[in-house]
Amino acid sequence: MSNISDLGIAGIRDGLTGGDFTAREVAETFIGRVSAAKPLNAFLVETPDHALAAADVADKAIAAGETLGKMVGVPIGMKDLFCTEGVETTAASGILEGFTPQYESTVSANLFKAGAGMLGKLNMDQFAMGSSNETSAFGNVISPWRRNDGGNTDLAPGGSSGGSAAVVSGRIAPAATGTDTGGSIRQPAAFVGITGFKPTYGRCSRWGTIAFASSLDQAGPMAQDVRDCAIMLEAMAGFDPKDSTSLELPVPDWEAALNSNLAGKKIGIPKEYRVDNMPAEIDALWEQGIAWLKDAGATIVDVSLPHTKYALPAYYIIAPAEASSNLARYDGVRYGSRDLPDGAGLQDMYAATREAGFGAEVKRRIMIGTYVLSAGYYDAYYTQAQKVRTLISQDFEKAWNSCDLLLTPTAPSAAFGLGEKADDPLAMYLNDVFTVPSSLAGLPAMSVPTGLDGQGLPLGLQIIGKALDEQNVFNAGLALEERAGFVAKPEQWW
Amino acid sequence: MSVDKQTVQKIASLSRIAITDAEADALVPELNNILGWVEQLGEVDCKDVEPMTAVIPNKLRLREDAVTDGDMRDKILKNAPAAEHGFFGVPKVIE
Repeated sequence: MSNISDLGIAGIRDGLTGGDFTAREVAETFIGRVSAAKPLNAFLVETPDHALAAADVADKAIAAGETLGKMVGVPIGMKDLFCTEGVETTAASGILEGFTPQYESTVSANLFKAGAGMLGKLNMDQFAMGSSNETSAFGNVISPWRRNDGGNTDLAPGGSSGGSAAVVSGRIAPAATGTDTGGSIRQPAAFVGITGFKPTYGRCSRWGTIAFASSLDQAGPMAQDVRDCAIMLEAMAGFDPKDSTSLELPVPDWEAALNSNLAGKKIGIPKEYRVDNMPAEIDALWEQGIAWLKDAGATIVDVSLPHTKYALPAYYIIAPAEASSNLARYDGVRYGSRDLPDGAGLQDMYAATREAGFGAEVKRRIMIGTYVLSAGYYDAYYTQAQKVRTLISQDFEKAWNSCDLLLTPTAPSAAFGLGEKADDPLAMYLNDVFTVPSSLAGLPAMSVPTGLDGQGLPLGLQIIGKALDEQNVFNAGLALEERAGFVAKPEQWW
Repeated sequence: MSVDKQTVQKIASLSRIAITDAEADALVPELNNILGWVEQLGEVDCKDVEPMTAVIPNKLRLREDAVTDGDMRDKILKNAPAAEHGFFGVPKVIE
């Protein structure tokens, strides 16, 4: 039997039901991994008691022969964007320091109902704004990966779900929740060699998830492989009357229908994703991916998504606009921190509280959002961006006339060193060039680890599917996974 | 369109974020860099294009107009930095 810490969701499930080990042993194994992983700074709060309590419930249920939940006995990491009852939740911001939700987010509640336990709350980019986990108010997450040059440069785990990416790739948690607004599940998954899935907008409830850009925010799983993502998404997703954009649809049994035979499927290759300055290794991996999907029975077709280059600028109007509105709630009155200078009135208190509580990138985005929504600029910026968004969405609709899925790289580079891009917001934004268009269109998309670059760092390929067609995204992901045979994991140095 | 220092100070004030003079100076080129980049959207022909309102067609649901929760004052106030006598506390608003 392999080490418990190497197992993912399906491996733990099979071991538990086969009597190879108990849920308590699983929880204790990963709790030990968590406490040994402090140098990575991946956890903001550790909750070993939660994981142990869920394990004991799981062991009793198994002993009693009860019907088991999909996540029974699996201790997971929880991105700190999800409100967890009684457990401090800050979205890695200073302004929410000390905030202890009195309620449970729907996604975390669904996972716990399915039998999962929680190892702790995971560090991330502050309010999910960032692509390197460097905007957290509580320090960078260090990627478990290192370059093979013998140096020990600290690398970015990607972002915003950087803590989630670090713990799954470091085998510190078998799986973790992520959220994706413009690529925050897929880009970090690619950076650390794990699988990350963003479902169709509306599959997972946003209730109790701290809002960044509400028309884009979607929760999804980050796990070792495609099967684990399918299992976990089944547990996370589902209609929730408390979210007005939640889809009133049954959750399919994605795991049971996994099938890597792609005969009859057409895979589109969007020519606009061949961007300038893309490393040759990523281009080569993309070609390899095309060959793998052909081998799985698919037909490859060239498609055009002509408005692709406008997706990032549209995103950087729409997302900050929504953020400036969503983050207006942090006022020093209802929750979180308050900064009340001597003799200050209400307005001064707001300004001082927000000055002290928000990080630089969050302030930058709030100000951009405020500007593009302000009188005289609204139509030129915001309305125009929403029109371009319509065109981007129509590009995908037209592509679906000739194909079922799209194959692209996930990110334009492998992981970079911490600090290498921190001074240039625009360079950082370009990380999401391949993930943002599908976010703007609300489409399901996943990143699958498929190779290593010359520095020994993981690279990922992205599959994008039609709205509500998660199944075919999973299936194509599985076809890539089987052929790539990606088994690399970081050497433990921490 | 580009912003000057005065506009940056105005945006900060609308955003209710206190900034120093030096921060305003630093933000001018930073914001202009980003705004200059998003301006390329202006070159897209959007004649007769409707702005996106919902990515996935979804009808807005109505529910019965009835009380479904409430009676949780203490929970709501639990995280307030200055709750008093069952209310949120704020600094004096009227002189």
